[in-house]
Amino acid sequence: MGGWTGQLLRVDLAAGRATVEPLNMTWARDFIGGRGLGARYLYAETDPRVEPLAAENKLIFATGPLTGTNASCGARYMVVTKGALTGAITTSNSGGHWGPELKFAGYDMIIVEGRAARPVYLWIYDDQAEIKDAGRLWGKTTWETEDAIREEVGVPDAVVASIGPAGERLVRFACIVNDRHRAAGRSGVGAVMGSKNLKAIAVRGTRGVTVADPRAFLEAAWAGKARMAKNPVTGSGFARFGTLATMDPINEVGALPTRNHQHGQFEGVKEIGAGALKKSGRLLTNKACFACTIACGRVTRVTGAGAARYTVHTSRKNWRMAAEGPEYENAWSLGADCGVSDQDAILMANYLCNELGMDPISMGVTIAAAMELFDRGVLTEARCGIALRFGSGEALVRMVEATAWRRGIGDELAEGAMRLTAKLGHPELFMGVKGQEFPAYDPRGLQGMGLGYATSNRGACHLRAFTAGAEVFGKMDRTATEGKAELTKKLQDTGAGTYDAAGLCSFVDSAVGPKDVVPMLAAATGIAYTVDDVLKAGERIHNLERLWNLRAGFTAKDDTLPPRMLSEPPPSGPSAGMVSRLHEMLPRYYEIRGWDAEGRPTPAKLAELGLATL
Amino acid sequence: MAHRMLRIIPEKCTGCMQCELACSFVQTGRFQPSRSVIRVHLFDEQASYAPYTCFQCGEAWCMTACPVNAIAINPDTGAKVVLEETCVGCSLCTIACPFGTIFYNPETKKAFKCNLCEGDPACARACPTGAILYEEMPAVDWMAPWSAKVRSGYLEVVGAGGA
Ligand code: SF4
Repeated sequence: MGGWTGQLLRVDLAAGRATVEPLNMTWARDFIGGRGLGARYLYAETDPRVEPLAAENKLIFATGPLTGTNASCGARYMVVTKGALTGAITTSNSGGHWGPELKFAGYDMIIVEGRAARPVYLWIYDDQAEIKDAGRLWGKTTWETEDAIREEVGVPDAVVASIGPAGERLVRFACIVNDRHRAAGRSGVGAVMGSKNLKAIAVRGTRGVTVADPRAFLEAAWAGKARMAKNPVTGSGFARFGTLATMDPINEVGALPTRNHQHGQFEGVKEIGAGALKKSGRLLTNKACFACTIACGRVTRVTGAGAARYTVHTSRKNWRMAAEGPEYENAWSLGADCGVSDQDAILMANYLCNELGMDPISMGVTIAAAMELFDRGVLTEARCGIALRFGSGEALVRMVEATAWRRGIGDELAEGAMRLTAKLGHPELFMGVKGQEFPAYDPRGLQGMGLGYATSNRGACHLRAFTAGAEVFGKMDRTATEGKAELTKKLQDTGAGTYDAAGLCSFVDSAVGPKDVVPMLAAATGIAYTVDDVLKAGERIHNLERLWNLRAGFTAKDDTLPPRMLSEPPPSGPSAGMVSRLHEMLPRYYEIRGWDAEGRPTPAKLAELGLATL
Repeated sequence: MAHRMLRIIPEKCTGCMQCELACSFVQTGRFQPSRSVIRVHLFDEQASYAPYTCFQCGEAWCMTACPVNAIAINPDTGAKVVLEETCVGCSLCTIACPFGTIFYNPETKKAFKCNLCEGDPACARACPTGAILYEEMPAVDWMAPWSAKVRSGYLEVVGAGGA
């Protein structure tokens, strides 16, 4: 056997015990790993109606068979749990070095259950796993935590995934950060970790990963690498400009959500894009995750003027040297969506999110909602301690810090935009789906993205069905609804099996598809997977997550978009006059999924996927 | 005689570890960076990523230190290689090497280091950015400029007459 290590580590925090278990290899074959295998275990072991922050919720860290190999971008691990932000199943993905290190230590997954009586962290060195006191670490930022743990265990090569003050304080969109700047970002997986009193998991693994058929594996991996090198996006575009390369084209079609999605274009786009980052000298270099041949990471610093302009209380000693960010998503959420065009403010807010452990997408969109509430006089300067005006970099930076520590109005922002707007009597100002804030593509100008958001199992997400690829960079008409149901289903299933379960970064997808990945999976695991098998596994994973959500209490009514997306067109720009025509796509989507009119998988579909007994 | 040597250009490195993966695969048949003899250090706060491996020094201190002459020069590649049958696992070479690029394997109880993959280094092939080149260049005494620097610093502290 290869690819998988065949072992998982089960950590019972209440009992203070970590035990090794063999991996369920039937599930491994059918659900591959990462997002799929994690979901299968969560489904088997947890009641979907559990409170996300209750001790009964489990927190699963799952790698894939390609994690830790030399397959390009085979760096990923997934955090699978019931999301604190959404109450839906979430599968939150991160790169860096942590996932591979876990494999090298000899484990495919960690299942964390229960709650520790006091703060602890988990230290894994190959076959030794130890639950250690984290009293001294509580209150520390993720960056401080990484350094402190490495010093305490005396292993400089230890890789740490931790929560910051935000996760400790159960901020609904707290994330888990590893390697300082990589994060399992979305849906509040960091809050679940915080609720368990688990500050960090540090790993050092020296044993390596084997593959079943080395020769075939190397050939497949090298073929994939060659394709990626030749492709303009994975070969050079993302290395030079990062994902920020996406901003200009999206703005040009009027789909760059601006000021809490009131507009579809941002006048400050030139000041916050890839060009500005480079020209201003803020971009220092680019950086790769483990085994990544794209290297889209932005290593940046704030300018001296920027550092002087804003008051920040969290440690900032590194910012003038080098930190990481922003990705396109963060530059948009903290920038355009809040109307902020000062790149230094965006960088500082981004660094703060990494350091304090919060998802910058949800943070930005929540601040944007608060800014609109301020505009309307619902929130006041007296209540917020600052004028929460669209465009104010000072307000942005202040709110990020206040939220992580739950200080003042930050305590309310920490609940996320859905709860904030509902509490203040304006639920219609929440821009998101199933409690999770939108990412950076306006579904009014990109019809497919709307369907993808509405049907994503973890709430609004751009990575589950990136139709914008076809709608902006490909040949599909972005304003049409025809064919979008088919495209959405196809992308959802392909992504789930081929990338998210295998342990690859989904950014390989412009160059490397199922035909390229399946030979790697087969050679790594020794199982004669076909393209059909892996696509079917993707469909199985998507349906399993759907079943979980239905049992958690979600219905077809939750497969929707905010009223602004459905009935309030952007006032100007190339998408002026457009709204999302979700109703034209959703019934067709249910139909081709083999679901009934209420969005429930039919018995026939479940039988076809081998899920009939669930 | 001029041999081909590994030339490393740190400015091009993105820290992707493909070199470590390839190197360890050659050594062990596994993807096992802990056994790689090329290492990449990520100086995150300096925005700098530094791959380093054996320089195949002109004056090789590991060879000098070895009490049983278990490190020899491969005449084809110019690489300093560990003769496993001769190595007694005393680790003196790992202490002598100023760069930390010769290692001790607790499983085999032998020293191990870069042997230039018999003239086709896997790391250079694997690097996606061209940060590792395998090029002809004269064997350099890497230590000379370094020791000159250290020495001058020493003199500054103790005074010119103190050396
Ligand atoms: S393969 Fe090249 S770019 Fe990647 S870490 Fe090694 S030297 Fe750096």
